[in-house]
Amino acid sequence: MISISGLSLSRGERVLFRDLSLTLASGEAVALTGANGAGKTSLLRAVAGFIRPDAGNISFADVEADEARAKHIHWLGHLDGLKGARPARDELAFQAEWLGAGHDGIAAAIDVLALEPLLDLEVRKLSAGQRRRLAFARLIAVQRPIWLLDEPLSPLDARWREALGVLMQAHLDRGGAILAAVHDPLPVAARALDIGGGR
Amino acid sequence: MILWRRELALAWAGGGGPLLACGFFLCLTAMVPLAAGGDPAGLRPVAGGIAWVALAVASILSLERLFERDFEDGALDLIALGPVPLELVVIAKAKAQWMAVGWPLALTAPVAAITLGLPPALAPLAGLAALIGGLGFALTGALGAALALGSKRGGLLIAVVVLPLFIPPVVFGAGVLERAANGLSPLPALAFLAAYVLFAGVVTPFAGAAAIRNAQG
Repeated sequence: MISISGLSLSRGERVLFRDLSLTLASGEAVALTGANGAGKTSLLRAVAGFIRPDAGNISFADVEADEARAKHIHWLGHLDGLKGARPARDELAFQAEWLGAGHDGIAAAIDVLALEPLLDLEVRKLSAGQRRRLAFARLIAVQRPIWLLDEPLSPLDARWREALGVLMQAHLDRGGAILAAVHDPLPVAARALDIGGGR
Repeated sequence: MILWRRELALAWAGGGGPLLACGFFLCLTAMVPLAAGGDPAGLRPVAGGIAWVALAVASILSLERLFERDFEDGALDLIALGPVPLELVVIAKAKAQWMAVGWPLALTAPVAAITLGLPPALAPLAGLAALIGGLGFALTGALGAALALGSKRGGLLIAVVVLPLFIPPVVFGAGVLERAANGLSPLPALAFLAAYVLFAGVVTPFAGAAAIRNAQG
């Protein structure tokens, strides 16, 4: 689904890693581990197309990179892109519809993530965990096979970590793939890739 | 369309930013006659120019909001992974900026023109020229806002980048009013104003999208 070969990445003068290779197959999850600053987020951003690598290649099965990024990738960074002054309902509608979700998909996401009581609140009035669930809703509302997740579970309590684990497993069972930067273990079976100790 | 609707909602959220731009525009144009000693006849030859300088400055006020907030809160990453190319995103945001700020300013422009001593008969023309020029300000302003992404003191940088690029529409816009005030046809100046808008409409999407991609990296 994703094939990374010989990837080298630096930020400014600092080399994050060199010659990194990774393949991510359909139905597979990979947990990127490493110390703070090791380059986990930068690797995810490179796969998402936000960062141009120094060297190496990132390719997607059956599709060109531009098409993969426009139609096949879900990105959930530690910044959720939600506007604090807007109602949660409007922000969810925008994020999901922008990525191609219909009303049924949005309704399903609201149901699965128990968002209904939160929808009329301004986003800034939500807790960190509630915000994360709201941001996660777009991944449920519209099906995209590749999930790039940066610390996806960190603000969530045990109950919602478990619930999102179920959703991640369902995504993998449908043939999706997950590449996640984590400090805590993912709640699904995942191959670990330690990309270094940071500097 | 989805993005455009959201941009309009954001522009009006939290206190009606476009009204602040209109208030600033009117205050600026009201101060000039007072500072000039209350002599409308003396002010009339430069009234069009003053109105357009004030319009340009008022158009800059909300440009920082255009990309910077989406950049800071991660929304720009989400937007970049949508099915719409960044070039069209830039156009959509510039169009929303025009509708949210340019249109209210164009509605305010006739009042400003009369305040500066221009004949009331020129008020509709002042509004029309401001509407066309406002689209140019929005497009060029979007480019400046994209170029300033991620920089410290981005608002100041936008002004420094954008103000020189606003000189042509200010000159052409002032020319529209000056020609009309002197009994000449304003069409040549309006045509130049429209040409500037077309030029900005061609350059801004590509240059703006490139600037956004560079900032995201």
